[in-house]
Amino acid sequence: MIQLSENGYYGSFGGAYIPEMLYPNVKELQENYLSMIYADDFQREFYYLLKDYVGRPTPLYLAENLSAKHNATIYLKREDLCHTGAHKINNTIGQILLAKKLNKKRIIAETGAGQHGVATATVCARMGLECIIYMGAVDIKRQAPNVARMKMLGATVISATSGSQTLKDATNEAIRDWINNPVDTHYIIGSVVGPHPYPDLVARFQSVISEEMKSQLLEATGRENPDLIIACVGGGSNAAGAYYHYLNDLDVRLIAVEAAGEGVYSGKSAATSILGTEGIIHGSRTLLMQTTDGQIVEPHSISAGLDYPGIGPLHAHLITTGRAEAVSVTDENALKAAFELSRIEGIIPALETAHAIHALEDISFKSSDVIVINLSGRGDKDLNTYMEYLDKY
Amino acid sequence: MLNRLTKLFENKRENLLTVYFTAGYPKLDDTETIICSLAESGANIIEIGIPYSDPLADGPVIQESGMAAIDGGMTLQVLFNQLTDIRTKTQVPLILMGYFNQLLQYGVDKFLDDCVKTGIDGLIIPDLPLMEYEQFYKDKLTQRNISISFLITPQTEESRIHKVDALSTGFIYVVSDSSITGMKTGISNHQISYFERIKSLHLSTPQLIGFGISDRESYLTASKYANGAIIGSAFIKHLKDKNEVDNATADFINLILKP
Ligand SMILES: Cc1ncc(COP(=O)(O)O)c(C=O)c1O
Repeated sequence: MIQLSENGYYGSFGGAYIPEMLYPNVKELQENYLSMIYADDFQREFYYLLKDYVGRPTPLYLAENLSAKHNATIYLKREDLCHTGAHKINNTIGQILLAKKLNKKRIIAETGAGQHGVATATVCARMGLECIIYMGAVDIKRQAPNVARMKMLGATVISATSGSQTLKDATNEAIRDWINNPVDTHYIIGSVVGPHPYPDLVARFQSVISEEMKSQLLEATGRENPDLIIACVGGGSNAAGAYYHYLNDLDVRLIAVEAAGEGVYSGKSAATSILGTEGIIHGSRTLLMQTTDGQIVEPHSISAGLDYPGIGPLHAHLITTGRAEAVSVTDENALKAAFELSRIEGIIPALETAHAIHALEDISFKSSDVIVINLSGRGDKDLNTYMEYLDKY
Repeated sequence: MLNRLTKLFENKRENLLTVYFTAGYPKLDDTETIICSLAESGANIIEIGIPYSDPLADGPVIQESGMAAIDGGMTLQVLFNQLTDIRTKTQVPLILMGYFNQLLQYGVDKFLDDCVKTGIDGLIIPDLPLMEYEQFYKDKLTQRNISISFLITPQTEESRIHKVDALSTGFIYVVSDSSITGMKTGISNHQISYFERIKSLHLSTPQLIGFGISDRESYLTASKYANGAIIGSAFIKHLKDKNEVDNATADFINLILKP
């Protein structure tokens, strides 16, 4: 059984390693999140917004051309069709409702690809709350369309200029903001990372993905369970959502796809489960890329959303216990897969998602297998990058 | 059994000046010079920061000093090597400040043993949970006579303050404001009433006020409400671009201590 302990651990991973300045806010969440999010009125509003505002349920689409090419039955869970273009909004809807319950007036968030930033700016606009987004200076450049969207939605985007100027550093800055603003502010973390209860909180909000998959698969195939679920892992929120209701169904193989960057051992990679060792990042005990001296290593991926040196504690547990299989896909192969999906299915995936698509080439399965790939987001934000490779693929 | 830190508190309970510096900053080999100069100029306690890539509780000044130190080659092993003979030079209480991940990677037992070997008296590990300390590390520190100081902030509930008081064996680190290090200077009325509230609790562990203490005035004001104060970012800023840290350190301490 995969279960969270009372203190927020999955096996030996998780917990809340935070400076005292964060303690009151984190404790308030720990003590209240379950009772608040499972209250009837909360659930009603959450599902109402997911339906009418986000556009859920998202389709489970039988990708016939992709299936023919890879000789299996492949479904795409179309999170790219969510309002704002990725799964991230499932979590921000939940957390903004929680922030309201906690009487918070100001929202902060970190973002890598900008999808979580856009999803946060969107719900803040909808709920009339002030919104500040921290984004690495490098990501502000490579995900420019999402920066424009956040601004259009009324958010303030603050550039994180420390370290590698990517997701890790944006997260550091968001945490420091929360330390400086402990009373009126809620931090909407964007993945299943951070101190307990965030990994569990975000996984529960994202679990709507696998909740829908169960009934959709039953209708389409006569079985609730697929043989494999494939998802990309940055921090791991779309994967956690796609796995959630299958975690204890051992007949379902869970495939976690990480970014190999320019190659796992190239020195420019974000393949945390291979390169990482046990330690603490952003308040959570998990696997992370670090030196023997405990300094966090700057990762690399062409995809801003996977360019993170850690993984959520749930995934560290799933991978180290063998419940999930980790696969890593290079920048180049992700690009290749993005062009392939666009050309044969007419779907332009996000660069993050493209890693999950390519995993079909990297794992073995049977032709009788039913595979669900979580199509976590759409590729509009990545068009600048894609256009650089238009002649190549 | 007393260590240098707890012995100090037995003998002196007022205006204790604690100064933080980042090991390996401005230059890799400045550690001993800075410690000796701080001690000779009158600092009562020295807090040595172990530079970290991702110090969540620290502002830009300490972050940048940490990155410069790491780039310059500072590691925990290098630091312990530099401290091998420090006790032949000075008996000033020394405490190490670092993030828990650094200890985990070095090995907590090895870290504590090296603290004993080099003569470290106390620790500050801001992200080590109280419960985890109590369960796994309290006995290890007690056996080795190493003190630990936990933090309280304006938001810390009274019941938790008492818990911090019960578990802290050096001093209680009273964080002066809700902020990361080096953000604000000066002390507001609002902070004074928080200091008064803490003082009125008559806690059993000595208290030092830190964060935002930057000059003689804020040091003296804070010292009215606690056993002394901690200066960090202001000293790091002062050391920036200094080639010769011996006099620079003495100059800084003189400005704080001499009217
Ligand atoms: C489309 C998309 N997929 C995946 C991710 C990676 O995040 P996670 O692993 O939390 O799903 C991101 C993050 O920005 C994203 O935008």
